[in-house]
Amino acid sequence: METTINPSVDLHRDDTASKIGMWLFIFTEILLFGGLFIVYSVYRFRNPVAFHLAHQELSVTMGFINTVILLISSATVAIAITAMQKHNKKLTMIMLGLTLLLALVFMINKYFEWGAKFEHGMYPGSELMANLGHGDMLFFSLYFFMTGLHGVHIIIGMVLLTITLIKVKSGAVNAGKYQLLENSGLYWHLVDLIWIFLFPLFYLIH
Amino acid sequence: MSEEKTHVVSIKTHLLVLFTLIILTVITVLITSIELGPYNTAAALVIATAKALVVLLYFMHLRFDEPIYRIMFGLVIAIFVAVIIVTFFDYLYR
Amino acid sequence: MAEQTIHHQEPNYLEYQGKYKGLAGWLTTTDHKRIGLLYFYSMMTFFLSGVVMGLLMKYELIAPGEQIMGAQTYNGLFTLHGLTMIFLFVIPGVAAVYGNFFLPILIGAKDVAFPRLNLASWYLYIIGAIVVLISQFMGDGPPDTGWTFYAPYSLKTNTNVVAAVTGAFILGFSSILTGLNFIVTMHRMRAPGMGWMRMPLFCWTLYGTGWIQLLATPIIGITFLMVMAERLLGIGFFDPTIGGDPILYQHLFWIYSHPAVYIMILPAMGVITEIIPTFARKTIFGYTAIIISSMAIAFVGYFVWGHHMFTSGMSSTSRWVFSLLTFLVAIPSAIKVFNWTATMYKGSINIQPPFLWAIAFIFVFMIGGFSGLVVGSLATDIHVHDTAFVVAHFHYIVFGGTGFAFFGALHYWYPKMFAKMYNIRVANIGLLIFFIGFNLLYFPMFYLGLMGMPRRYYDYIPMFEPANLLSTIGSWIMAIGLTVILVNLSRARKMTGKAVDDPWDGKTLEWQIQSPPTVENFEEIPTVTTGPYDYK
Repeated sequence: METTINPSVDLHRDDTASKIGMWLFIFTEILLFGGLFIVYSVYRFRNPVAFHLAHQELSVTMGFINTVILLISSATVAIAITAMQKHNKKLTMIMLGLTLLLALVFMINKYFEWGAKFEHGMYPGSELMANLGHGDMLFFSLYFFMTGLHGVHIIIGMVLLTITLIKVKSGAVNAGKYQLLENSGLYWHLVDLIWIFLFPLFYLIH
Repeated sequence: MSEEKTHVVSIKTHLLVLFTLIILTVITVLITSIELGPYNTAAALVIATAKALVVLLYFMHLRFDEPIYRIMFGLVIAIFVAVIIVTFFDYLYR
Repeated sequence: MAEQTIHHQEPNYLEYQGKYKGLAGWLTTTDHKRIGLLYFYSMMTFFLSGVVMGLLMKYELIAPGEQIMGAQTYNGLFTLHGLTMIFLFVIPGVAAVYGNFFLPILIGAKDVAFPRLNLASWYLYIIGAIVVLISQFMGDGPPDTGWTFYAPYSLKTNTNVVAAVTGAFILGFSSILTGLNFIVTMHRMRAPGMGWMRMPLFCWTLYGTGWIQLLATPIIGITFLMVMAERLLGIGFFDPTIGGDPILYQHLFWIYSHPAVYIMILPAMGVITEIIPTFARKTIFGYTAIIISSMAIAFVGYFVWGHHMFTSGMSSTSRWVFSLLTFLVAIPSAIKVFNWTATMYKGSINIQPPFLWAIAFIFVFMIGGFSGLVVGSLATDIHVHDTAFVVAHFHYIVFGGTGFAFFGALHYWYPKMFAKMYNIRVANIGLLIFFIGFNLLYFPMFYLGLMGMPRRYYDYIPMFEPANLLSTIGSWIMAIGLTVILVNLSRARKMTGKAVDDPWDGKTLEWQIQSPPTVENFEEIPTVTTGPYDYK
C-alpha cells in the first residue's frame, strides 16, 4: 500500500488552519455581540419613544468622527497586508503604526465622550442614572455596556497589532510568513464591523 | 505552506473602498436627518449592512478567499438572524 | 482499512519523557492523549463530588421533614450539584475526554490543529472550576439560584452569584476553544484518502458539537457578563423594577443552554454509533442518514429553546411555535435509534460490556426522549412544569444519555488508552447494578412529578413518601454499581499483562495502532482507502 505523507501534518506550520481558526473565533465574537444586539432590539422595540429621546443626548458629530477614524484604520490595516505581500516592509510598518495611532485617537475621543457623560453625573451606578425612566435607563445601560465592550475589543486589537508590528520589525513576520498580520488584521476589521452597526443604532435613531 | 493562491488587492482598490465607506457613512447621517417615518431605521440598517459587506468582501478578503469562508459566514449570519426572528415571536405577539 | 503498524520501540504516550518528568510533564503536555486524560481525571473528580451531592439530596428526601439539612443548604446544594454536573461534567464530558483522545487518531492525524491552545483550554477549564468552587466559600454564602441563575432573583440574592457566573463564563471560553480546535482539526488534518464522507461518525458528531460550542456559548457568555454588570455596576438589563425584562434573560439563557443539551448528547450518540457496528460486526446502517441527522439536531437545536419557558409568560404565539419546533428535533433523534437497531439486525453480535452499555443507553435514552415529548408539548408541560417529572426527564437524557455513553466509551476504549483489559464479568455485574439503581432512582420521579411534587424543595407532603423512599434506595444501589464499575476499572490498570491492540476487532483507525498509542500515534500517516466500518 502506498503511503503518502500528509503535508499539513508533517510541516508544523499550517497557515490555512490558523486562518480558519481566526474566522471561527470571529464567528464567536459576532455572536457575543449578537446577544447584545438581541437585547438592544427587544428593548428598543418595547421603548421606542424613550430610546429616541435618550439618543439625543449623544453627539452625532462625535460618533461620525469615530466611525470615519475606524474606517480609515481598517483601510490602513488592509494596505499593510498588501504592502507585506509586495515585500514592502517599510510601508507595512508605517501602515500598522498609523492604525495604532488612529485606534488611540478613537479611544481618546471615547474618553472625552464618556467623560462628558460622567461630568453630567451620567455613569453606571450614579444617582442620576438610577432615577431615569425605564426606557432611558435601558438605553444608557446598553450604551455604556456595548460601547464599553467594544472599547475592550479595541484595546485587545491594539495589543495584537503592537505585537504584530514588533514582529514585522524583527522580521519574524515577513513576506513569506505573515499569517499573524492577516489574523490581527481580521480581528481589527471585526472591531470595525461591530462599530458600523453600533453607530446607527445608538447615534442615529430617528 | 498554503495551497491557496494569495490574491493581492491593490492599494488603489483599498483606497477606493475606503472612499465608498465614508460616502455611505455620510449618506446614513444625512438620511436620518430627514423624516422618513419607520423607513429611517430600515435605511440606517440597510446602509450599515452594505458597509459591513464591503468591509467583509474587500478588507477581509472574503471575495478572494475560498468559497468555504463565505459559506460559513453566511450560515452563521443566517442562524443569528433566525434566532432574532424566533425571539420576536414572543415580543411581537405578547 | 489501513495497514497494520508494526510494533516498535518508540515510547507510548504514558511513558514518554519530554522536557519535564512526572507531574510537570503532564501539566505541560501538548499531546492530545495526555490532555484527554487530564480532562478525564479532573472530570471524574468533579463527577464523583457531584454524585455525593446527589446522594445527600436524595437522603434528605428519604422522608418528609428535615433530615440532614435545611432549606438554604438544600438550595445551595442543588445549585452546586447542577453547576458541577452540567458545566464541569456533561458539557465538556465526552467531547473533551474522548474527543481529545481519539479524534486525531480516528482521522489519521498526529495531534489536533492547535495543541497549545488545547492545553490552554484545559487550564481555562480548571480555572473556571476553581472560581466556581471559590463561590461556595467566599462572600455571603454559596449561590442558591439553581444552575440557571434566573433573573431577577439572581440579581437580588445576597449569595455569591458573581463568582459562580464568572466561573461559568471562563468554562464557556474553554468550551469554545475546544470546539474551534476540533473543527479546524477536521478541516485540515484528515489523512490522505480520509474524505469527509469517510470520517467515523463520532468525528461528525464532534463537528456538529464544535459548531454549537462556537455559536451558542458566546450568547450565555454575554448574558452572564450582563448579570455581572447589573450586580456590580447597577446598570439595568433584566430587573423589571427599572424596565428590564426578566423573560429576556430566560430567552438568552436558553438560547445557549438548550443547544448545550446537544453539546452533551451529540458526542454521546457518536460514541454509541462507534460501539454498535464493532460489536454487531456489521457496517453502520445509513451512514449518510446519521450524518444528516446529527447536523439536523445541531441546527434545529438552536430554535427550540423556548420550550423551557412555556409557563414564563411569553406570548402564546411563540409557545406553539416552540412546541412545534421541539417536535421537529425528535425526528433526527429517532432516526439515529432506528439506524442503531437496523445495524444490529442480522449482525453477528458479540456481547461485551461496551455493547451492553450501548444497549442500556438506547433504553434509557428512549425513556428520556419520550418523556421529552411530554414536556415538549405545550398542554402537558403546563401540568408537569417545575415538578419532579422534569427532573426525571433530564436525568434520563443527560445522565442516562451522556453518562451512559461516557462509561460505555470508557469500557470500549479502555484497552486502547491503557493497554489493559478489565474483568469483563465484573464490568457486566457493575453495569447491571448501576442500571437497576439508575431506573429505581429516577423512574419514581416521573410518578412523583405527575402527582404534583415540585422540584427543588427539601421537604414534601407525606403522600409522596413511598415513591421518594424507593428513589432514595435506588440512589444507593446506583452508587454501589458505580463503585463496582470504577474499582474494576482502576484495578485493571495494575494488572500485569497487556491487552491486545484490537480486542474487539474494531475497524476504525484507533484499533490499527499499538496500545497504548505512541506519542505521534502513527509512525507514518496512513492512507485511507475505505469507509470507516469496513466489515465484510
